[in-house]
Amino acid sequence: MGKKVLISGNEAIGYGAIYAGCTHYFGYPITPQNEVIEFFAREFPKIGRTFVQADSEVSSINMVCGAAAAGVRVMTSTASTAFSLMQEGLSAIAAMEVPCVIVDVQRGGPGAGSTQHAQMDYFLATRGSHGDYCNIVLAPFSVQEAFELTQLAFHLADKYRHPVLMLTDGIMGQMMESVDLRTLEFEPLPAKDWAATGSAERNSKRNFLHNSPGILGFLTGDTYKSNMERYYDKYNEMKNAEVRYQLKDVEDAEVIIISYGSTARVASRAQYEARLMGIKVGMIRPITLWPFPAEVIKGYGEKAKSVIVVEDSMGQMVEDVRYAVMGKAEVHFVGFLDRHLPTSSGMILPEAVLNRIKAVI
Amino acid sequence: MIKVVINAERCKGCSLCIHFCPKGSLSMGDLLNTKGYQYVIFTDGGECTGCAACGKLCPDLAINVYRE
Amino acid sequence: MTVKSRAKKVLCERPKSRMDVDSPLCPGCQHGVIGRILCEVIDELEIQGKTICIAGVGCHAMTLFTTNIDFVQALHGRAPGVGTGVKRAVGREKIVFTVQGDGDLASIGIGDVIHAANRGEKLTIIFCNNSAYGTTGGQMAPTTLLGQVTTTTPDGRRYEDAGFPVHIAELMATFPGVAYSARCALTSLANYNKTKKAVKTAFKKQMDGIGLGIVEILSACPPALKLSPTKAVEWMENYMMAEYPLGEFKNVDTVTPKYILKGEGA
Repeated sequence: MGKKVLISGNEAIGYGAIYAGCTHYFGYPITPQNEVIEFFAREFPKIGRTFVQADSEVSSINMVCGAAAAGVRVMTSTASTAFSLMQEGLSAIAAMEVPCVIVDVQRGGPGAGSTQHAQMDYFLATRGSHGDYCNIVLAPFSVQEAFELTQLAFHLADKYRHPVLMLTDGIMGQMMESVDLRTLEFEPLPAKDWAATGSAERNSKRNFLHNSPGILGFLTGDTYKSNMERYYDKYNEMKNAEVRYQLKDVEDAEVIIISYGSTARVASRAQYEARLMGIKVGMIRPITLWPFPAEVIKGYGEKAKSVIVVEDSMGQMVEDVRYAVMGKAEVHFVGFLDRHLPTSSGMILPEAVLNRIKAVI
Repeated sequence: MIKVVINAERCKGCSLCIHFCPKGSLSMGDLLNTKGYQYVIFTDGGECTGCAACGKLCPDLAINVYRE
Repeated sequence: MTVKSRAKKVLCERPKSRMDVDSPLCPGCQHGVIGRILCEVIDELEIQGKTICIAGVGCHAMTLFTTNIDFVQALHGRAPGVGTGVKRAVGREKIVFTVQGDGDLASIGIGDVIHAANRGEKLTIIFCNNSAYGTTGGQMAPTTLLGQVTTTTPDGRRYEDAGFPVHIAELMATFPGVAYSARCALTSLANYNKTKKAVKTAFKKQMDGIGLGIVEILSACPPALKLSPTKAVEWMENYMMAEYPLGEFKNVDTVTPKYILKGEGA
């Protein structure tokens, strides 16, 4: 049994990293994730691990790339507008096939937007940067889950030699809940004997490249095509093995609510109140935003014939839901325009969701 | 005696060795290698001191220098 | 049948850590010579098995193909950051160096290299200055000389709208965390030897755990200058060396701060 602490979502990520054996953190301050970088600044030196405040998020992601290629568990954290700065780096990391964890504590956009919560980075997170590749994206909805999914993130990153994104937001970052601190057990993984550590140990050199074969001239037998095929074999493996979601009251549901992250807490409350009123409403909460739980949404969506996507944006995940149900269910949307205030502090409250449930029924 | 061994296939005919040689012991040959480059030949008449400027400043490392 | 070979002394041969492969570079490109110097230094310091090279995308990165050591590619300009990540992961025992060109280091990457210098990262940086962007066809670089014709300064670089040549070696010397900053050229055997000595010194600053070492090497890019290799080297001697003086701008054996705040408040 682990220790129980009362901490914020931002800090839970720091704890998760420590429990996962992360040894290197490179980051840059930005609201609303300053508590994350400050956690590492404070705690890492105490336990002999490496903390570096980089000069920008561009530098941060490149430092992460280097440490990842050298075979250590490494992460960074940022928010929306600065997550955009990391895109070139993320694409290179995916091309180079080295593991790392990136946390995006979403804030409002576009541009520097607002410093408070939003869920407007879904497309950016799930579609990835330029070039054809996908990030694994994990979305916790409680502080406990943030702590646990961080550990899972490091495991998946190492398993697939791929970047894994944790998508939270300003509310998740600041809210405080009790966390049961414990090390999660995962399937054992092979040692990182592929890392860039100097050629002496194996008497041959290693190249970590993000250019496709042929661009820089002669090298291995790989081609641009064989590279893309290899990447996509890996991504298909992820799609088959790593989809995660939570179901609530879906079996007899006539309306299914679909929501992730802190918005899912709100939607969950509305779903609970609706059930008390006798409305047959269920909920599917994606935990992996990529790979997206399209199959389960299609299955229950078709059965219920009506889904309501609750997402604090102008409509991003709702498009994946529309695509998943393929016209076999009505898709409704409760989003940014349904917030209770027009300022950046506005939130989607349970009332807004409940009203939509009633309207749809 | 100094032996300057030129790998004709690696030479790209850039002439830097000719430029850097203080004794004029190298010159451009008349033949082409299989890549189509005219390559350099060692035309030394005994002046070569083995300074190896040619070998060191050859960007293609096409020249080795030995003293026998 | 055995051939009895006469005893011979090697005056110049391919360094051990240089692979026995064709160079993919243009005829007369002095990146090939920089690559050779790096291999000679790596061999003499006996660090081949524990060295990792970081390079971005550009002709300077061709060392990846000819040097038999681990290599991590960086994005354009980001080698100091990637190098920081690798070095902080591998520690004191392994040697991490970057090879960067003018665009990579002095344009997009100038912030990265400044901050690596400012943090005094234990890295060695090899800066290839050929006063143009070679890989992409010969555009202006921050190091392009005033009046120099490039494909983006067809009438010659004008300081009024394109700024002045950037002096990296002098700039790097101003940072307390930099242990060594020098500028060399590949215009003669004597200068070749000085370049090699400077590169070795820069590596030693890392091996001794002192601080960052940077060597700026003036090297010719014949295609960008639209000159033959020989004329390109002469152009370097006549013009580049006038703008960019050679020498050591900093060489220290300890990195020490002037003061550290103690006590209340800050």
